[in-house]
This record gives sequence, structure tokens and C-alpha cells, in this order.
Amino acid sequence: MAYSQQTARGDYAVQRVAFGCIWVAAIVTIAVLVLIIGVILGRGLPSVSWEFLVGSPQDMGRAGGIFSTIVGTVVVGVLALLIAAPLGVGTAIYLTEYTVESRLTRAVRFGTESLAGVPSIIFGLFGFIFFVTYLGLGWSVLAGSLTLALMVLPTIIRVAEESIRTVPRGYRDVSYSLGATRWQMVTTAVLPSALPGIVTGIILAFGRAVSETAVVIFTAGTALNLPTSLLAPTRTMAVHFYILAVEGISLPNAYATGAVLILTILLINVGANALLHRLTRQRTRR
Amino acid sequence: MRERVIRWVLLLMALGVLVTLGLIAFFIFQSGAGLIVRVGLGDFLGGTVWAPTADPPQFGILPMIIGSIWLTAGALVIGVPLGIAVAVFQVELAPAWLSAILRPTIQLLAGIPSVIYGFIGLTLLAPLVRSTLGGPGLSILTGAIVLGVMILPSVIAVSEDALRAVPASIRDGAYALGATHWQMISGVLLPTARSGIVAGVILGMGRALGETMAVIMMVGNALTLPLSPLESATTLTSNIALELAYASGAHREALFATGVVLFCMIMLLNAVATMLVRQRAFSRRTTS
Repeated sequence: MAYSQQTARGDYAVQRVAFGCIWVAAIVTIAVLVLIIGVILGRGLPSVSWEFLVGSPQDMGRAGGIFSTIVGTVVVGVLALLIAAPLGVGTAIYLTEYTVESRLTRAVRFGTESLAGVPSIIFGLFGFIFFVTYLGLGWSVLAGSLTLALMVLPTIIRVAEESIRTVPRGYRDVSYSLGATRWQMVTTAVLPSALPGIVTGIILAFGRAVSETAVVIFTAGTALNLPTSLLAPTRTMAVHFYILAVEGISLPNAYATGAVLILTILLINVGANALLHRLTRQRTRR
Repeated sequence: MRERVIRWVLLLMALGVLVTLGLIAFFIFQSGAGLIVRVGLGDFLGGTVWAPTADPPQFGILPMIIGSIWLTAGALVIGVPLGIAVAVFQVELAPAWLSAILRPTIQLLAGIPSVIYGFIGLTLLAPLVRSTLGGPGLSILTGAIVLGVMILPSVIAVSEDALRAVPASIRDGAYALGATHWQMISGVLLPTARSGIVAGVILGMGRALGETMAVIMMVGNALTLPLSPLESATTLTSNIALELAYASGAHREALFATGVVLFCMIMLLNAVATMLVRQRAFSRRTTS
């Protein structure tokens, strides 16, 4: 009677309780997301109109729209990616195609991991002292983009490296057998095949740039007018939302801006997932 | 020739990460380390009064350190059990349809801007805490609950990877000995994946410690030594962000010095997490 039916029943009772808790955790996680999105969209969407999207903010954002902050967000985000994407993809190509595991690659990988863990406020401090003050760019689109670019760099490197690694060995062999140089092999065989994955990474990085506040506020500034040059200050949607909410300027407009921000993030994630989905379908068909 | 140039250009790009990290460390230290030396490390870390514009100014960041510790610990208490449970759910229990909902859910939780989290804490949770538990509402508890949710994606992602890496033979061994599904999970799966899960927890810890804007919106930003989770507090990060815009001279230096302390704490956490993940990869390679 080492293991009676009774203890077995007890074991299954314990299992039921444990699994019950785990199910609750999973459902709570989904519920939290639904709650957050529901509250922001529910309270914000009614005030979002065409006029709100294309109107200039008036009276510090109490009235009018958010057009200049949308422009600011897009300009800062796109410029950040134009800087970070080549750098990140180049790094990934070097790590996967041009070198073997060595002390150098380990150092670069450790650097990437560390950079990914550096909190945004540290990037904010750095951008402020280096780009804004030391290089004299001032609070500007350029300073904001440069700092953001460094912040999203690890994301792009990681995703690009992963997608390049999933490119089948045979692609490379065929390319070489046709007499391609290494770079020709990379540009004609590896990159086209890894592209959807890389683009997914870039889209997700754009999402991070859009949602960032602590970095942008100290490098791009908080000016509400339309940025006229790369050296002009600007205000992104996330910063606008933060200022409206924290300084108690206008709660309805904060909700509306938040709704636009959430919709943007939703769109970015859906887009990235759709791309990734297409990629995996392509792969399995081959 | 062209190939050689390309190789060098790519190498330079790869070094960009290290250069960036070096520049960040250099400029933060250069702007802040001087003040730590002048004030004295002990007085800077252990001083309880932060009065940067008083005469004479006082630069003690202990209240912020304590605030950061409270908040980070609180976030872990909320986020770690929940995160590990969800990771176990994804790997062991989730029906395909629910797993298909959960994956994008977690991705979106990671994507939601921190200011939105802060806003939810400020407008929904803080009033709830105030009316049910008392205190100012904008408190450590409010911040910790929301931060706990914010670190979920990191904890889940790394734990899930660790759980999936457990070899099938180890599970089969547990079943063969007559273990129930839960006994296999609690007795074999979780202990085997332990170091990976710990790495996830440490990453989440770094996230919580480094979060700024959401924290500013939720914790009340009081420069006192917090004694209970229902009190307001301030953190290393939020104090930097709140005062940087108008600080100058020694005050600004002190904020960068706070950044130095934060940077060192984060790098330490990162190093430990990386080591744990590597150790796991290594032991897997040698055992299989």
C-alpha cells in the first residue's frame, strides 16, 4: 500500500487546484489587456474626429487637434529607423555571414543585450548631454531620432539576426556554386529571403519609437508647432498625451490622443504579425 | 577589393553597438561621477535629504533608492507568479485557440506605451486604492501593480523559452515514475528550467527598475522615506525625469550622478541575466 488510491485522488485534487490557478492567470492577463484598450478606446474614440487628427493644437492642447504631434511622431520615428535599420541589419549580416563565433562576436552580443536593457531614461540623459548639448543639436527632431535610433538598435539586430539564421543553408551553397562572391550571396540569396522577418523587426522597432516618452521629451523637446527643419524641436503623440494627462490640461483630449496612440500601436502589431504570418506560410510551402 | 571594403564597413557597424554603450557610459559618468566624489559615495547613497537647490544644497538619494526597491520588489511580487503561470500555461495547458489569443496579447502588452499604463494607474487604479485601502492612492502599491503587468511580457517570454528547452526525455521520465501532469510540472519542469526563469525574472527586474514615465504618473513623487506600500514615494528614474528639464549646475550633475547609480545597477542585473542564460545554453550543449 505504498501508493493508495486515496493519495492518487489527492494528487489529482492538487493538480486541479494548481491548474485552476494557472488558468486564472492566463485569463487575467487577457482581461488586463482588454481592460486597458477598452477604457482608452471607449473614452477616447468618441472625441476622435477628422478635425481632431488634422487640426492644429490650440491653447496648449486644450482645444484643437493633434496634427503637429502626429507629424512629429512620424518624422522622428521614421528618421530613427532610417538610421537604425541599416546599422542593425549590417551588424546582423556581419554576425551571421562574415565571421565565426569569437571573442568579438560575443562582445557584440553582450553589448546588444546590455543596450537592450538600458532604461529609456538613461538614453534620455545620454541624448540630452551628448546630442543636445555636446554636439549642439539642441532639442530637435535630429537629436530625438538619433537617440531613439540607438535605443531601438538592439531590437533590429536581434530580429534581423534571427531571420537571417532561418535562411536555409542550401540558398547560400547554390549562390556560391553559381560563382557569387560573399556579398553577392548576401544580397541576392540571404537578404531577399530574410526580408519579411527583418521588416517585421523594423515595424516593431517603429512601435517602440512611437510609444517612447522619456527619451523624446529630453532630446526632441515639447514644442507644439510643426517642425520646419531637422533642427527644429517637436512633440510626439506620446509626449503630448503625457503632458495633457500629467499637467491636467485636458482629460478628454488626453483620452482622445491616447486612443489614437493605442490604435497606432494596434495597427503596427497587426501589420507586423501579418507579415510574419506570410513569411511562415511561404516557408512551409517550399 | 570590394569584398574587403564591405567586410570592414560591416565590422564597423557591428562595433557601433559597443561604441554606443561606451559613449553612454562615458558621458553619464563624466557628467555625474564628479559630484559623487565631491559629496562622498556614502553621503550620496545614504543621505536622506534631497534639497538640490537649497543653500547649502543636499544630495541624498536614499529616499529614491528605497522607493525604487519597494516598487521593483512589488512589481516582482505581482508580475513573477503571474508571468511564470502564463508561461507554464502556454507550454503545457493552453488549447491551441487560446494560445493563439494569448501570444498576440502578450506582444501587445509589451507594445502598449508606458504612458498609457501610467495613465490607467492614475485614473483607474489610484482612486480604487484610495477608496478601498486608504492613503493618497498615488502610492507604491498602485505603481507596483501596474509595473507588475508591465514586466509580464519579459518574464513570460524568457520563462517560456526556458520551459520549451527542457528535453522531452526528462518529462517522460517523470511520467514513467507515475507523476501526474502537475507533479511533472512542479517537480521536474520548473526546477529544470530554473536558471532560465531566473534570467527572465532579472530582466523583468531591470524593466521595473528602469521604468520612468509610468512611475511618475502613479507613485505621487514624494521625497520622503516610504514606510508602507500605501504611501507615496519617488524613484531614481522618476526624480531624474521630473527635475532634468529645469536643473542646472550641481543640481544637474546630481541628476546625472543618480543616472550613474541606476546605470551601474542595471548593468549588474544585465550581466547576471546574460550569465544565467549562457550557463543554461552551455549546460544544454554539454549534456545532450
